Amino acid sequence: MESIKDKVAIVGMGCTRFGERWDKGVEDLVVEAAYEAFEDAGIEPEAVQAAWVGTVFSGLSALTLAPLQLQYVPMTRVENMCATGSEALRGAAYAVAAGVCDVALAVGVEKLKDAGTTGVKGPSIVGDNQEGASGIGPGYSAPASFAYLATRYFHHYKIPPEEGRRLLAQIAVKNHHNGSLNPKAHFQNELTVAQAVNAPIVAWPLGLYDCCGVSDGAAAAVVTRADLARKFRPDPIYIKSMQINVGARQGTTLPNYDFVHIEENVLGSRRAYAEAGIKDPRRELSCAEVHDCFSIHELIIYEDLGFSRRGGAREDIEAGTFALAGELPVNTDGGLKCFGHPLGASGLRMMYEVYKQLQGKAGPRQVNNPRLGLTHNLGGNAGNGVCSCIIVGNER
Amino acid sequence: MAGIRSIGVYLPVYRLHRDAVAQVWRGRDGAGARAVAGYDEDSVTMAVAAALDCLKRGKTAPDGLYLATTTAPYREKQAAAIVAAATDLPDTCRTADFTDSVRSGTAALRAALDAVAAGSARSVLVAAADSRPAAAQGNLEMVLGDGAAALAIGDDDVIAEVEEVYSLYNDFTDYWRAADDKFIRAAEGRFIDEAGYFPTMTAAVDGLLKKCKLAPTDISKYVYYAADARQHAGLARRLKLDKARVQPPLYDAIGNSGTAAGFLMLAAALETARPGDKILFAAYSDGADAFILRVTDKIKQFQKSQIITPRLAGKVNIGYGQYLTWRALVPVEVSTLPERTALSLPARWRERKTVTALYGAKCKQCGTPQISQIGQTPRVCVNCQARDQFEPYKFSDKKGTLFSYTIDQLQPTLNPPGVNGVVDFEGGGRLICELTDCPPEQARVGLPVAMTYRKMFVSRGIINYFWKAMPAD
Repeated sequence: MESIKDKVAIVGMGCTRFGERWDKGVEDLVVEAAYEAFEDAGIEPEAVQAAWVGTVFSGLSALTLAPLQLQYVPMTRVENMCATGSEALRGAAYAVAAGVCDVALAVGVEKLKDAGTTGVKGPSIVGDNQEGASGIGPGYSAPASFAYLATRYFHHYKIPPEEGRRLLAQIAVKNHHNGSLNPKAHFQNELTVAQAVNAPIVAWPLGLYDCCGVSDGAAAAVVTRADLARKFRPDPIYIKSMQINVGARQGTTLPNYDFVHIEENVLGSRRAYAEAGIKDPRRELSCAEVHDCFSIHELIIYEDLGFSRRGGAREDIEAGTFALAGELPVNTDGGLKCFGHPLGASGLRMMYEVYKQLQGKAGPRQVNNPRLGLTHNLGGNAGNGVCSCIIVGNER
Repeated sequence: MAGIRSIGVYLPVYRLHRDAVAQVWRGRDGAGARAVAGYDEDSVTMAVAAALDCLKRGKTAPDGLYLATTTAPYREKQAAAIVAAATDLPDTCRTADFTDSVRSGTAALRAALDAVAAGSARSVLVAAADSRPAAAQGNLEMVLGDGAAALAIGDDDVIAEVEEVYSLYNDFTDYWRAADDKFIRAAEGRFIDEAGYFPTMTAAVDGLLKKCKLAPTDISKYVYYAADARQHAGLARRLKLDKARVQPPLYDAIGNSGTAAGFLMLAAALETARPGDKILFAAYSDGADAFILRVTDKIKQFQKSQIITPRLAGKVNIGYGQYLTWRALVPVEVSTLPERTALSLPARWRERKTVTALYGAKCKQCGTPQISQIGQTPRVCVNCQARDQFEPYKFSDKKGTLFSYTIDQLQPTLNPPGVNGVVDFEGGGRLICELTDCPPEQARVGLPVAMTYRKMFVSRGIINYFWKAMPAD
């Protein structure tokens, strides 16, 4: 079995400002993100030989890319819940690796704020989607589906809930600090632990600042063969691994699942490390963009992805390990917490940050001596998920 | 001789104290409380709970189920079939709704006794449930209550034989609800008593005693329906009954639950009845049905656990505001969360075993019980990946433990905040589901839970019933 490692490079990326883009439609966001990527890659739109677009709610089929006016190009829409943006990139990269095209485009887009309602359609994912139209799924919100992790984590590690909430608050505070340095973030304000723990409860034990925002946004990438990459730019970013790991609802069906880890994360990241040749992710990764849809998930990701030992996230959080100046900066752009989570866009938005970091272009958020970066998404929820892990590097 | 093999009851955990109502309307201070069906309960769900209680108390395999209620959820569509399905009765079971009168409970009882006596049925479950609508600020709002009872009628192993029955009808308009009425209307109180209730009930009791040549003192206990406690006491005086022989109507603690009310009193009477006791049981409305029951030796075994007393007090006191919203007596703000997609009737039908009786499957190869939270019956085992090696496995009767939980402030519910949990079943299997009858402060890891049939939401007029977890008794 071959691997994707060093076969494909990202040579251009774009990312819109995320937020409540009331005056912009899906077409505006697609054009903004894709044209920034074209300019960054130094190509004209005509150079695109194939395209993938990821969206969950904001478009059917690849006609979602029609606003770009690419002329009769093979295009595909993909959907894989919260990993949708990463899935679009995977489609483009695999096509290039297969040798069927040399320049491919990946776009992720979502306009959640057009729904006219609060939040993502959470219950639909677990309860009354096409697969479960019998309508028996519980009617709880998306935050509730991740709150089970917090309840159980606190119970498992004997952390009093108020202490646990302060611990989670520190994750939000870190991400808000990073977001305050990012003009593309939805939320650019600093946050204090006191503000976070005193905010209203959304789904106990999670409060307002334990939950990511609800935003509109799009991001895009231009990929090409690794051996052609330097013809586009001097600092291409090489794909080291791309892994999607999808569960079969084992955790929500079998009582042996513990709700203090997510198996899809563990196995997906292990496979990604193996493909990329990484042995010690905490030391070898320069930065990571992970799926902090809810603060408790970022905490569990530290352990699932091997950044912290099992049960050791607390000491690492308290030591500032994942802060901008820490040992392994996580969510340097502000994460889902500050960007919100336009589902189709998030995976590519994360890659945009890692790409800029590895090129040394992350401005006030720049990490030192970057070599390798990771993006991670988890769609669905605990015991019931779709995990994506992508690792990229600035050397071939 | 045909009689009662088992009796079960269901009373909601919620109580609305009458003084809480009186306070709002500056009315007379009310005494006691009324039982209130939860926001996710109706006559169908309460009947299911009573039927399951009845089946648990007395081993019986019914081949019929009659449901009596004046508050069926549909104008057209049988409620008894829903109750039979949730109770997991065999599909050859005969089902029928008895309705439109609070005396329909005893109409169903008579039909069941006749079927068993005629040999056309082996055992018939008679379930009665009501949650009758009363307008705000009125007398009935204080008087009524919600509840259900179920009796298993059979020919052998009975705890009480039905020795004689006497019925009369009387086209009398005391309480009524026309097709377009949202609430029950009532005639003038003294007219109701003097022209209707007292003479009709007196005629029924006298007629029955005469028919079976019994003197009033031959009766150990008089158990009879009345519209309210005052009327109930009034009849005892008219009939000059010894107070010790009159079963209290329980209205002070739970209110008048219509078709179920008399059966609930009967359950209370049977808790203390002795073998050989004769009970006169009478129901009223548009006439009367009166029965002589003779308690058998089997009652001793049946009395090992109390039937209704532990449930009388309720567990959760609610405010008048909660009552108003649960009963849709005030408009409530709609949720700003996305709406659920409409129910698919084909999907619901396809997964009916899961939806109605909470069936999952057990893998014959590895023995793993499993149920999907979206209803799909498994084809490939989640544990050993064997294909199509399943036998049906029922979860609705399994005890469970709360593995994790969350209190959801965003969840659209008439009883916010939403309480949800990960339930692990004794014997295996896990379900993530809503919790009900569980105040948020009661939720904890390790909480013992039981499953209960409830309303989830309404889609295009279709009531989406499913199972939730509740704190176990």
